[in-house]
Amino acid sequence: MIRVIEPGLLSTIQDEGRNGFQQYGVIASGVMDTFAYRIANILVGNEEREAVIEVTLTGPTLEFEKDGLIAICGADFSAQLDGEPCPTWRPVFVKQGTTLHMKFSKKGCRAVIAVGGGLDLPIVMNSKSTYLRAQIGGLNGRTLDKEDVIQNNPLSQKSKQIILSLTKKVGKSFTSRWSISKVYLHEIYYGSSLRVMKGRQYDEFAPDSQQDFWEKPFKVSPQSDRMGFRLDGTELKRTVSEDLLSEAVAFGTIQVPADGQAIILLADRQTIGGYPKIGQVSSVDLPALVQKKPGETIHFKEISHEEAQCSLLKREQDIRELKWIIDRKIESGGDNHAAG
Amino acid sequence: MDHSLHPLGDQAILIEFPQEVNHSIHAAVQQVKSVLENEEPNWLTELVPAFASVAVHYDIRKLAGHSSPYEYVSNEITRILKGMETAADASSRTIRIPVFYGGETGPDLEEVADYHKITKEEVIQLHTESTYTVYMLGFAPGFPYIGGMNEKIATPRKAKPRMKISAGSVGIAGKQTGVYPIETPGGWQIIGQTPEKLFRPENEEEPTLLQAGDVVTFYSITEEEFKERKGRRK
Repeated sequence: MIRVIEPGLLSTIQDEGRNGFQQYGVIASGVMDTFAYRIANILVGNEEREAVIEVTLTGPTLEFEKDGLIAICGADFSAQLDGEPCPTWRPVFVKQGTTLHMKFSKKGCRAVIAVGGGLDLPIVMNSKSTYLRAQIGGLNGRTLDKEDVIQNNPLSQKSKQIILSLTKKVGKSFTSRWSISKVYLHEIYYGSSLRVMKGRQYDEFAPDSQQDFWEKPFKVSPQSDRMGFRLDGTELKRTVSEDLLSEAVAFGTIQVPADGQAIILLADRQTIGGYPKIGQVSSVDLPALVQKKPGETIHFKEISHEEAQCSLLKREQDIRELKWIIDRKIESGGDNHAAG
Repeated sequence: MDHSLHPLGDQAILIEFPQEVNHSIHAAVQQVKSVLENEEPNWLTELVPAFASVAVHYDIRKLAGHSSPYEYVSNEITRILKGMETAADASSRTIRIPVFYGGETGPDLEEVADYHKITKEEVIQLHTESTYTVYMLGFAPGFPYIGGMNEKIATPRKAKPRMKISAGSVGIAGKQTGVYPIETPGGWQIIGQTPEKLFRPENEEEPTLLQAGDVVTFYSITEEEFKERKGRRK
């Protein structure tokens, strides 16, 4: 059982999203950083698609009213457990009565907190994700609030095994000595430019604008949220003036309204859109993208669909391997070096 | 029906038809969607139909053995659509929606009537005598994009959008008419309200009253009936 002392700026329950319902106009929702999300669940012995708490820019303060197992992955919020630094990207055993306090994110924009056993919340249309506008999913369809209580499910065998491997040491909180490799995380989050595929209407943009798109910097505007990042930058001009018929969009679609300022659609995007699509951020680089804070600058680098798919399959392979390594660490009560 | 395939990112394909809004293209969209739905390939995760396109989302993890998942899925879609029989007019459902026109819950009925220099009763008659088609859902859960309104009552959006439009509100915006499933801000001319619930997340099989392809008609009910039916729903 987790009690919310302070909710933070925007803390919601999310999972992999409400897939399969976009044909009804129901948005996908789901976590922004899918990589951090999957790893966090693996670290606490959950199914990869279990719901987590997603926190944004300023984190929450939570009290654990029972012993539990957590993993915080994503941005660095200088998290503390009863005043002691709480490491990220690794499993952490929290004793009954412990308080987790997350400050503002130093680097990156959002993090997820996975809880061993998962969160005991109703599944609405195949998902526990919070859909704020329709007031469904998550905790009563809204953001976390002071004094909310979130129930967690009983620990799985695997989660228990992880706790056992951690509690061999003495102290109030127990963490593994290994974590996901910093080098690997750096590669994922701070690789370089964001790899982007040409969008369906790329050819309708003026040659100058096409060139600017790949060469100029774009700044994430303060009017950015889970729905999309608005970008401030060079005006991107379309040479065709007819309106398009609205059609489906995807996570990472870069569309350009008439004012020429691009918008990248994210987890809470609407199901369909009518603006021309100049590009599409490759799925492998979405975790890096969603960690950009308002004011940060991004660059786009062209990638073909084939390359994007290859990289994505490679990422899937990496996650499978990470999972395998983590499982071995747990079995051996692992006190070795970094995983990954 | 002519169509072309295009990548929508690295985990979806867009099937595009000639970019027009009309019945034959709408029928093709519906047919393609139902054929793919029935075929149920294991890589298919989601289908999103629109006015003249269907997005096919796929799970790349199911296609790890193929050198180009995009090409493989494209070929599969082409194969499946080839075997498709010519559209036997898909049998569509007809949904009748009761509306209490005017009153406090239809504050713009008078403005619409004045705009066209006709009476409120004539607006109601024109709105209820047409047969409409739901082309797609979007904008909000269960929000229908409806074609078929009589242009005699086509009215521009309000100059200043309302901060709050109640769920069930029936409105006009340009040549479109529609019903708001949830409370949201909006600029439509609100001419009435239905007591029916358009979005019902508890019903996973049919989370929305209307679906793409449905035929819709509106009929007028009294304020008493409206209140009674709305009360009964709760």
